[in-house]
Order: sequence, then structure tokens, then C-alpha cells
Amino acid sequence: MKRYSGFGLFKHSLSHHENWQRMWRTPTPKKVYDVVIVGGGGHGLATAYYLAKEHGITNVAVIEKGYLGGGNTARNTTIVRSNYLWDESAKLYEHAMKLWEGLSQDINYNVMFSQRGVYNLCHTLQDIRDSERRVNANRLNGVDGELLNTEQVAAEIPYLDCSKNTRYPILGATIQRRGGVARHDAVAWGYARAADALGVDLIQQTEVIGFRKENGAVIGVETNKGFIGAKRVGVVTAGNSGHMARLAGFRLPLESHPLQALVSEPIKPIIDSVIMSNAVHGYISQSDKGDLVIGAGIDSWVGYGQRGSYPIIEHTMQAIVEMFPILSRVRMNRQWGGIVDTCPDACPIISKTPVKNLFFNCGWGTGGFKATPGSGNVFAASLAKGEMHPLAAPFSIDRFYNGALIDEHGAAAVAH
Amino acid sequence: MLHIFCPHCGELRSEEEFHASGQAHIARPLDPNSCTDEEWGTYMFFRDNLRGIHHELWDHVAGCRQYFNVTRNTETYEILETYKIGEQPKVTARENTPATSAAVNERGENV
Amino acid sequence: MSQTYRLSSGGRVDRSKVLNFTFNGKSYQGYAGDSLAAALLANGVDIVGRSFKYSRPRGIIASGTEEPNAILQLGATEATQIPNVRATQQPLYSGLVATSTNGWPNVNTDVMGILGKVGGSMMPPGFYYKTFMYPKSFWMTYEKYIRKAAGLGRSPLQNDPDSYDYMNQHCDVLIVGSGPAGLAAALAAGRSGARVILADEQEEFGGSLLDTRETLDGKPAADWVASVIAELQAMPEVTLLPRATVNGYHDHNFLTIHERLTDHLGDHAPLGQVRHRVHRVRAKRVVLATGAHERPLVYGNNDVPGNMLAGAISVYVRRYGVAPGRKLVLSTNNDHAYRAALDWHDAGLQVVAIADARHNPRGSLVEEARAKGIRILTSSAIIESRGTKHVTGARVAAIDTVAHKVTSPGEWLECDLIGTSGGYSPIVHLASHLGGRPVWRDDILGFVPGDAPQKRVCVGGINGVYALGDALADGFEGGVRAATEAGFQPTTGSLPKTVARKEEASVALFQVPHDKGTARAPKQFVDQQNDVTAAAIELATREGFESVEHVKRYTALGFGTDQGKLGNINGLAIAARSMGITIPQMGTTMFRPNYTPVTFGAVAGRHCGHIFEPVRFTALHSWHLKNNAEFEDVGQWKRPWYFPKPGEDLHTAVERECKAVRASVGLLDASTLGKIDIQGPDAREFLNRVYTNAWTKLDVGKARYGLMCKEDGMVFDDGVTACVADNHFIMTTTTGGAARVLQWLELYHQTEWPELKVYFTSVTDHWATMTLSGPNSRKLLAEVTDIDLDKDAFPFMTWKEGNVGGVPARVFRISFTGELSYEVNVQANYAMGVLEKIVEAGKKYNLTPYGTETMHVLRAEKGFIIVGQDTDGSMNPDDLNMSWCVGRNKPFSWIGLRGMNREDCLREDRKQLVGLKPVDPKKWLPEGAQLVNDPNQPIPMDMVGHVTSSYAFNSLGYSFAMGVVKGGLKRMGERVYSPQADGSVIEAEIVSSVFFDPKGEQQNV
Repeated sequence: MKRYSGFGLFKHSLSHHENWQRMWRTPTPKKVYDVVIVGGGGHGLATAYYLAKEHGITNVAVIEKGYLGGGNTARNTTIVRSNYLWDESAKLYEHAMKLWEGLSQDINYNVMFSQRGVYNLCHTLQDIRDSERRVNANRLNGVDGELLNTEQVAAEIPYLDCSKNTRYPILGATIQRRGGVARHDAVAWGYARAADALGVDLIQQTEVIGFRKENGAVIGVETNKGFIGAKRVGVVTAGNSGHMARLAGFRLPLESHPLQALVSEPIKPIIDSVIMSNAVHGYISQSDKGDLVIGAGIDSWVGYGQRGSYPIIEHTMQAIVEMFPILSRVRMNRQWGGIVDTCPDACPIISKTPVKNLFFNCGWGTGGFKATPGSGNVFAASLAKGEMHPLAAPFSIDRFYNGALIDEHGAAAVAH
Repeated sequence: MLHIFCPHCGELRSEEEFHASGQAHIARPLDPNSCTDEEWGTYMFFRDNLRGIHHELWDHVAGCRQYFNVTRNTETYEILETYKIGEQPKVTARENTPATSAAVNERGENV
Repeated sequence: MSQTYRLSSGGRVDRSKVLNFTFNGKSYQGYAGDSLAAALLANGVDIVGRSFKYSRPRGIIASGTEEPNAILQLGATEATQIPNVRATQQPLYSGLVATSTNGWPNVNTDVMGILGKVGGSMMPPGFYYKTFMYPKSFWMTYEKYIRKAAGLGRSPLQNDPDSYDYMNQHCDVLIVGSGPAGLAAALAAGRSGARVILADEQEEFGGSLLDTRETLDGKPAADWVASVIAELQAMPEVTLLPRATVNGYHDHNFLTIHERLTDHLGDHAPLGQVRHRVHRVRAKRVVLATGAHERPLVYGNNDVPGNMLAGAISVYVRRYGVAPGRKLVLSTNNDHAYRAALDWHDAGLQVVAIADARHNPRGSLVEEARAKGIRILTSSAIIESRGTKHVTGARVAAIDTVAHKVTSPGEWLECDLIGTSGGYSPIVHLASHLGGRPVWRDDILGFVPGDAPQKRVCVGGINGVYALGDALADGFEGGVRAATEAGFQPTTGSLPKTVARKEEASVALFQVPHDKGTARAPKQFVDQQNDVTAAAIELATREGFESVEHVKRYTALGFGTDQGKLGNINGLAIAARSMGITIPQMGTTMFRPNYTPVTFGAVAGRHCGHIFEPVRFTALHSWHLKNNAEFEDVGQWKRPWYFPKPGEDLHTAVERECKAVRASVGLLDASTLGKIDIQGPDAREFLNRVYTNAWTKLDVGKARYGLMCKEDGMVFDDGVTACVADNHFIMTTTTGGAARVLQWLELYHQTEWPELKVYFTSVTDHWATMTLSGPNSRKLLAEVTDIDLDKDAFPFMTWKEGNVGGVPARVFRISFTGELSYEVNVQANYAMGVLEKIVEAGKKYNLTPYGTETMHVLRAEKGFIIVGQDTDGSMNPDDLNMSWCVGRNKPFSWIGLRGMNREDCLREDRKQLVGLKPVDPKKWLPEGAQLVNDPNQPIPMDMVGHVTSSYAFNSLGYSFAMGVVKGGLKRMGERVYSPQADGSVIEAEIVSSVFFDPKGEQQNV
């Protein structure tokens, strides 16, 4: 892999950029791999990268039915934070946060991870209590966080309506200053390029249509282009995880819902951080191109159409205008939807399954993007060793039987 | 925005009046105490989550407040039928038997 | 001199109405009927902006929604600023103030432009992914400068003075677009009697008929438009919506129309008018008559101001009477574009030459041009243009379109205007919003709508039907079909006659070859708003970005406010050629709403500020206001939080209120608690199934506290339920939980136990509830009621009917404070009168109104939980030390029992609710403080619990708290520690959660 640098860019400019290398190969699948990853989104590509880099397992294929990073990776609103309530999730997301903090250099690809800070607004006394609880838990878990009062919020976020004239006046906010946003496509491409360089085969436009099993263990995947053997299979297919599980012969505690988002036309920078509100139900940040990136809640029904219902967009716009009345005359450019696999406790499933050697990493719901490096890292370790990584262990499917749920609804009530 | 025929009201109404309540035809086990943890967890949490023909429970919350079932294609969002609780769907997917997980014990028949 | 480029006659503008406006601080004049773009061109304004990445000067290219460059800031005042207005779509009004969005110090002399020239070669697509990485800590600094270049226009910094709304519409046929096909469809559908909405994004109906040189029945096409509109206006079931863009085609034929009601009058809506309105339309059938966009050709320096779409030139000449130049060179691959040359020629202007990529064009329009003596160069195209701030010449050369090669050195033609046409792209956006993938047609060199489940008919240009007569016929037939499918009788009618002409096929040409090769040729722009060049697209494919979505995302092709209306097909074609595949193999990117941008405020409608969500007030609200209450939002309710007296803050007021209740009597408005009337012979059995405790033996006249769990055994609501008759109960719920509990009861009744005869009715708003609490509550109540309040006649946990304050009331003797208490329920509309009597009688007892805060304190002193504060969805009744409220032996396996018995719920070290007493009684444990056994351990610490409720100001005289602690019920008397953010540690003793009157002597007197 030719490393990227400012000097390299200059050199290429002299030859009119005619000599750039491909970012990844288009390989012909081998007969059998040590590990096959199903799903070429951020999580799947990160898994492949860490398998190769940290565990020396390079005989790996990532099988993607469309194009790399084309599912929820391409559709999310790119928020990164780790201020989750419960110990298990805080540790997992903080593991991801630490990897984010060195990711661009690690994979030699600028993922534009921008620690602009993530605010969660409080509008009720119970919001304040919950926030205090979360911030305190975060602090003792080594995750940064502060609780701000209304005056501090008003000072830090210009144009946010902190007056008492709103329907649900802002009583305070939590802030994770290490939180922020990253360039979603770059995350997928950067991991893809780095994994490819270590020998991982990235196989696009190939759909897994079944799992071949022998004696209760998976031995490979059937695809629309033929069988590919595998000693271990990791499925990282987000919204399609339920469908994949069905192909493998079991069910998951998941439902796949549409999650919508929208962007404004590009405007000059006006919002410098990420601002989220559960009670008013919307969140907003501004991209480096100037688009306001705005998120909505999920539609309440199962949907695989990558689109949801219009009233969700309306309600989200109402929330944004309620929070930032000055934005009322700005215009919305485009809306879209993803398919999010939501778990009853708003936490992921990183787990073995009833089929031996078949592992699933799913259920990230509305918040998977922020976990991408951590998710890939612990899933790679689990696939490499055949045993779940300690940070992943609490997220086993078993919790839905024994009752040891990790209820993060408070931290994830609004999609993000 | 979906347009849903409420079988109780006998009218097509906009989705805003309704609330989706998840997969239909999940009967509460008649004797919960005899269920294993796995069976009980399966009843509470595990869902078909189908891509394609899906039977789901809806509530006409801002209308007649009655629950009813909807057969809907989760890819095209087309609604194929709506029917009252206790009735069986007329439209089903060809291979729509739920994948087997933990066997659930005796189920109520009234849903 | 004003309006140098205005033609002496022609156009649909009203030359008698001169309108003054300013652009970049300079004053100009235009006419009523002008678009801002037309007025700028009339005044010879070339440069309207600077490009995003290279800071190149840019001019107006198009005349409608597809315009990528003329994106301006509008607004005369700070509050009425509108960012990113497309000048081609903005009608001119008197006093309009517009500015460019980029360029420093101004668009004509832009310093950044020099940087763009020098640094541009360092900025291929994705350059930021490849640099700015080192040193690691510098990204935020780099980004600060990158962000400086972000954005086009700016948001206003003051609140919007305008209002918006939305409207629900139901129609039989919605027709999108009022060009020839749309108008014909509207006539057909309208005449059938169907309820029709005709929406068009432009100021006037007519579409291409407003600028066409063709005639209908031998008369100007606009005459026919006027007669059709007159006929439609006379139809009572037809709604005409001009200035109304259909922006989204959603599921089940739900569409949104963004109507701009006053943007043609000024930047601020006149008093009393709504600026924009969103129509939310449910249509039985939709007719898409959206037409087509002309594609520009992609050639070197094609972004120099003065390079325009051929069709746009016709529009400016014929519709606005504006000539955006003097000497035109046209480059085309099709017949239609010849209209621009003919219109130009007819206006008395010079057509230098037409370069036609075809070998031997012989269509009617071509021959007409030949007959007028216009020079036509065949097998040729403009391969590059020249000029810094405006076009000064076009280089025309012979090309081989198949081999993608220049085959002659060509010649430079002097000109000040270049028009190009690479064919037409049907506007398939709405047809594709629901995922129906467009289908490529080689014969028309464009994508047409693919199959989709929605009930729609596509007519005219969207189908690739471009000839006027065909479009009219297609439209009429489509209108008939839509109306018939919606249940109306088909209609017939004659359509106006068009002049037949011979038309020849176009030849595929997207990027024009250059003798230097794409990477080294002068920049050939594909997407001008995002500065995406043909070289960038080739580079993307070279780097492995092969999917159309990858190309789009890597190069930013089509990411702008025009969403690639001009550039996308050209981009696809370039990517396809570069990879050696066909355009249909390449496919399109997803089309998503909105077709054109929609104002946030319009989407939000009226639902902001105080009607963001409904506010619920109790019947006593005005009394609370009069008594200076501070309010707390609980669900949608405004509840009195506390009643400060002059000089009091929250703490002093609450301490006073608490003490007053314990010493004498207090009054709480408890009306917001959910109240559900439950009736039917199986009501009791139903309660047994949804509550954790037993209800079989609750006699008439008695009341009982109940806990409700979900199937997982976790507590989700609680409240007191009273037995009115053997088949009649009144259930109370938490304030926030009322609606979901009712829904929950209905769910189980309707889907699980329909055999139970029981009915649920919400009566929350029917009753007002006043709680009198404190040792003097009996004495006080006795003064206003005829009910016998004797301790034995009316014992604790019973209720009675009688009169209070002269009106019928239900009085419950239950207590949430631990004091002798009565909850007086009266019909809500009598409540104020009753309250006044109670208050009058209460004067001698120092009756003290108290709010939710004091209620929280007093109940905590007594160890009562608040669901949602002391629980979080992970607490079961045992965790709350409420096993006394769990009927494990009830015959029916009630909701929650099985869940409570799962492995993890039986652990002994679960977090359990206990009391917490700071060792230093002056210290207050913050609510939400975390607890540890060893405060000196390193981070991450092992947390054993947290504080759920905590009160420093109360009736006890010392700070106390409730919280959950792992295995806490077995740790009474032990210490836990709470490390605070400031580094201090608060030490607390684990105690019983009942701090006040553990034996219940106070409430049972």
C-alpha cells in the first residue's frame, strides 16, 4: 500500500493525478477462507482489518451484496460519543472512542474524526436526574462528561433557544467534549483500503443467500455467485441481520426499522458541535461542507425499504425549529432512510449463535456508527479466538433468556 | 405515509392515527410458569422480523382504540389486508413458517 | 445604462412596471414578470458567484430548478434572510436585495480564485482523505480552515418573523406539472368531474408552452394555455396551485407540495399571510407530467460565464425578452436545440455557428436554420471555451463521438454566448422516490420511470415524449386514464393542432473529447456547484470506486442544492465510459425527496413554540397562577412545582411547605394522575392479571395500592385502585403513564383475553383531584363536606361518596405523604368553586398549597417510590423491597410473575432500593450520584449503585436520600461513598428507606 501524505498529493498533482493506485483490489474469491465476514459496512470492514492487523489472520474475505459501506454506514449522521449509562456499554463504546482517536493515523486515511463535542439537552427535572446519573457513571468509568446548567448551555451554543418561552425549556445539558463526528464514507473506505493492503479479499456485488452447515457447524456461505468455504463466519449485516439469521435457521431478538435523516442545503458554519435532545426529539450538527445534518426517530414498524413516513420528518423539523428558531428559513435539501436493527434493550448483540463457528454482530440499532472501530476490534478478537472478547461477552444473545439486559433506552431514546 | 384500512371503522385512514405494536399472532403462553427461561425469553423478545410479507399488530390509537392485524410487505410497504383480532390472514408468504428456535410450549389459540 | 441586454420587444414581462432591486450592493432595474436571473442577465451581470472549491467565476446556466450556479442570498433585513435562493426561480419584486454567497472581497475580484488556480491541482477528489493527518493533533486546526470555506448562503441570525402552515388535501387526481402534457391531463381529468389538483413549481402555468416558438391551432401556444386555465378555473372540483412544487412522493400515494404564497411579493410575508404552505396530499391517482431537463455538454472551461443551456437561451429571449449576449455559438447533438439558434436569429442577434455532433442532420429545424443562412458545422462540437470573466470564444472541432476523439484542429470562433445541448433527461425524481429504479432508453438517451407499485400515470416528457403534439395526446390520455381509475367516466375532447415536423435522432454525446485527454485538458465541469470535473470522475473509477454511489460519494457529484439535475447523467456516462460499461449497467443513484429544497419552517408548520406539543392544564390552573406557582413539565401537563412566597427560593419554599403539611394541612392539585374507569363482570379478574398483588378480596368502598409490571417483571406503573362496585373500579396511574397504561390494558384485553367482559374508559380529565394532607385535614374537610369523616366510619384506605363544597364528590382516604389525607375528587368544571370553599375554610388551619417538589419530599420521607425516578425499567418489585405487594400465589400467572423469576432476576446482589443517610447531615447527595464501596480505587471504579431521590430541605431536619445499592437490603448500617466531580467524597450510611413514621401512626388516625 502506497502511503498517503501531503507530499504524495503534491507529487501526484505534477502527473495530473493519472497515477493513483486503486484503493482496493477486485479479487476472485478463493475456495475457502479462515474467516468470512458477511457485510461490507464499517463494522464488517473494521472486523476484517483488525483480524489481519491484530491477529495475523489475513486469509479473510468480506462479502458485500452491494458496494462497500453502502448500507447504514452511508446513511447515518456520523455522531461519535461514548457516554453510555451502563458499565458494559460505556466500556465498549469507550474502547471504540479510544480507537477513533488514533484511527486516521492507524489506517493512513483521514476519517476526519472531529471532536467537536456532543451535547444532550435536558428539558425536565427527570432529564437532569438521569443526566447527572449518567455523567457520574461516565466519570467513574473513565469517560469524560459534564453537566451544564442553562446559562452555561446558552453560552456554549449560540442561537439555541434557552429562553423560558419554549414548550419544554432547556434546564441544562450534558457534554462529552471528546465526542463529535467523523466522515462516514471515509471510515468504510479507509478500513477497506487498509484491510485490502493486509491481504483481505473484498468481494462486492455478491449476496449471501444461505449458510452451509455440517454437524451443526457452519462451513461456508452460499452466495449468488457460488459457494465460499469458511472456518468461521462473522455476520455483520445490520438491518438484514434478522434475514441472515433466518437463513442460518434461527431467530434473533431484533426488529428492523426505518430510521430517517435529512440534510439542509449547505450554509455557512453556524453550529459547531452536535446537539441532541431526547425530550424534543431531534438532533443536529453541521458538516464540514456546511450541510446541517439532522436526525429523526425510528418509524415504529418493520421496514426494509430504506425510507420511512413523512410525519417523522415533520416532527423532526419541528424539534429543530423549536431548538433553533433562527433556522426556520433555512431549507431542507434531501432526506433518506436506513434500516436499523433494534434490540429490546437498545444494546447490540455480539455473540455466538446456535450454529457453531457462526458469530453475529448486530442490533446496534440507531447508534452503530460511533462503535465502528470498537465493534470491529472486539468482534475480530472473538472470531480469532473462537471465544467472546471480554468487552463483548455481556452482549451475548443469552441475556434475552436469563434477563441480564443492559437497558440503554435512556441513552438512546432518540436516534443518533 | 401509510394509508391503513381500519377493519373496525371500515375506513382508510392515515398512519398518523395508528400505532404499530409489533409482530402479530404472538400468543402469551397459557402457562407461563411452566416455561423455561429460554421459552419465556423467546416469547418476549424474539421476532420473525421478516423481509417481505409480514403480519403485524396495529392500534387505532387516535381513532376507535381497537387493535387489529395488518398483512404488509416490509420491502414495498404495500398493505395486502387488514383483519380483526381472532381472524386469520388470507395472504401469507409461501414459506412463512417461522424459523425454529427454542420450542414454545402450548400457545393460546385466540389470537 | 439600464438593462443593456433587454430586447426592445417580446417576452411576457410587463414593461410598464419597473422594479428596482440590488445585487451585491448595486442598484438595477427589471420588469414585473422577470425572474431574478432574467433581470440580472438583462443588466449584463455575468458573474453571480464563485465556485466552491476552485473559486472560479460562475454565471447563470439555466432558467429553472436545474440551475447550479446562481445560488444567492436574499433578504433586506437580518430576520428575513433566505440562504441559497436559486435566481432562476425567484420572481423579481420591488426592493429585492440579493448578494452572492461566495467570493472575497467580491465575486468579480476574488482573492481565493488565485489560490484556486494554484492549489486546485492539489485538490483532486478525496484529497482531504489523503492528507491533513499528521501530526495527529492538528486535524482540528486544519478543519477550522476547511470549515471557513463551507456553505453557500447563511442562516439569518434572528428569529423568523413569518409563519407557515400545512393543509391536508384529498383528491382523485393530482397532476404534477403544467406543461403541455400536464394541462392536457388536467383538462381530461377535470372534465370527468374528478377532484383535481394541478400543481406547478413556476409562477405561471404552461411550462414549455410559455417560451415555445411552436403554435397551437395556428396561434401562440400561450393563448391555448390561457384558455385551458380559464376552463379549469371554472371547474369547482379543480384546485390550481402555481408556485407549488411537488417535492416528495411517499408511500400509498401521499405527496407533499411546497407552495410559496408570498415569495414573489417580498422577503417577508405581508401582515396576516402565511409565507409557505405544505399541502399533504393523499391522491387516488397521480399524473406525473414533470417534463425533462436539458443536459449541457461537458467540454473544456465550460463553466466560464456565458456558457448556457440552449433551451435556457430560448427561455430568456422569448419569455423575458432578454438576450444574454450578442454573438451565439451553439453546440448540440439533437434537433430541439436548434430552436435556441432560431429564436436568437429571430430576435435579430447573430448566430455565429451551430456545431452539430451528427454527420448529416436533416430535421425540419435544422433545415429551417440552414434556410436562414446559419452556418452549421457537422460532426463537430465545442471542445473548449475561452474567457476569464466572460466567454470570448469557442473552439469548435470535428469529433468522433464513438472513438471519443478530436479529429481536426478546429477553429476559434469569436462569441460572447455559448449554448449547448446534449439531449434531455426526463425528470424521473418523483417517479423514483419510492425506489422504482429508472430504466435507460437508448432511443431517447435518457432514463424513464421504472416500474413502481404506486398508482400513477406518467405523461409527456417524463416518458421521453417530446414532440408537442405527442405530449398533448399522451397527457390527455393519461388524464383520462387517471380519472377513470379513480372511478370517473372517461371524457373525450379535441386537442389543438400542432405543426408536424420531421425530427431526427440525436447522437450520444456527454463529455466532448479534447485533444489533450481528460486529465490534462482544461477543466471539463460535470457538476458546477461542487466543482466536479470529468477528470475527477475518471480518477475515482481509477482508484476503484466503481459503483455509481461510490463515484457520487467520492467526487461529491450531485451533492449540491440542485442534486445533480444537470450533471448526474453526464457523470454516469463518463464513469461508464471510463470503466468500459454501459450507462444502464452503471445505473443511477437513489432519488430521494426533496425534488427542490423546502424551507424548514414550512415543514414544521405551526407546530413550534407553545403548540410544539399540546399543553395540558388542570381545572385549577388559574388558581395556581394567581398563587405564584412555579411549574414543572410532567408529560404534557404543567404541574405546580412549588408556591414560593416573596423572597423564597425553591429550597426555602419547599421546606416551608413540608413543615406546614406535617404541622397542619396542605393542599395538592393531584388532578393529573391518570384515572381509568374499569367496568364489567370480569373487571376484578382483569386487575388480578395486570397488577402484581391480589384484588379478589377488595370490598366495595375500599382502595388498594397496586404495582404493574411488564412481562419481564420490571415495574412500569403504580397507583391506587378503588372498588366502586363488584364490577366497577377506578384505577389511578402515574401522571406520565396514563395513556400508555390504558393502551396496555386494551392490548391485553383485546389480544389476549377478549373473553373477559371488561371495559376501560379514560376519565382523567373528567375529575379534578384536590389532596388535603396533614393532621388538620379531617377538621378542615369536615367544614365543607357532609361525609362522616369519623375515623371508624371512614377508615384509612377506603373511599366515600358525598358532597364537598356543595357538589357531588368522591373522597378517597389514602396517603402519599404519610399524613392523614383525603383526596377529594369532583367533576372538573366544579373544581374551582370547591377549591375556593376549601381555601376559605382552610385559612384558620394555615392551609398551605404545595407542589410536586414537596410531594416528592414527603413521600420520600415515607419511603414511597416514584416510578420513573426510583425505577428505570430494570427494577422489579423485589428490588424495590416491595415483595409485600407481590401475590406469588395468585391463581393466574399475572403479567410480570414469570419475568421476575428469570435467572438474572433472582440474583441476591441485584441493586435494591434502600435509604441513604449522609454521615455529615449537612451534606446533600446529588440525585444521580454514583456509589462505591471504596472511594480510593482507581478509575474505572466498581460502582455499586446510585442515588435516585435526595432531599436536603424537608421536614426531617437532616439530609436524606433513596438509592439503589447492590445487595443493599442486607447491608443496613454499612457505609457507601459517593465520589463527586469536584473530587470530594460524600459518605453515607445504608438505612431503611422509611424515614418518617415507620409504623404508619400518622396516616392511620
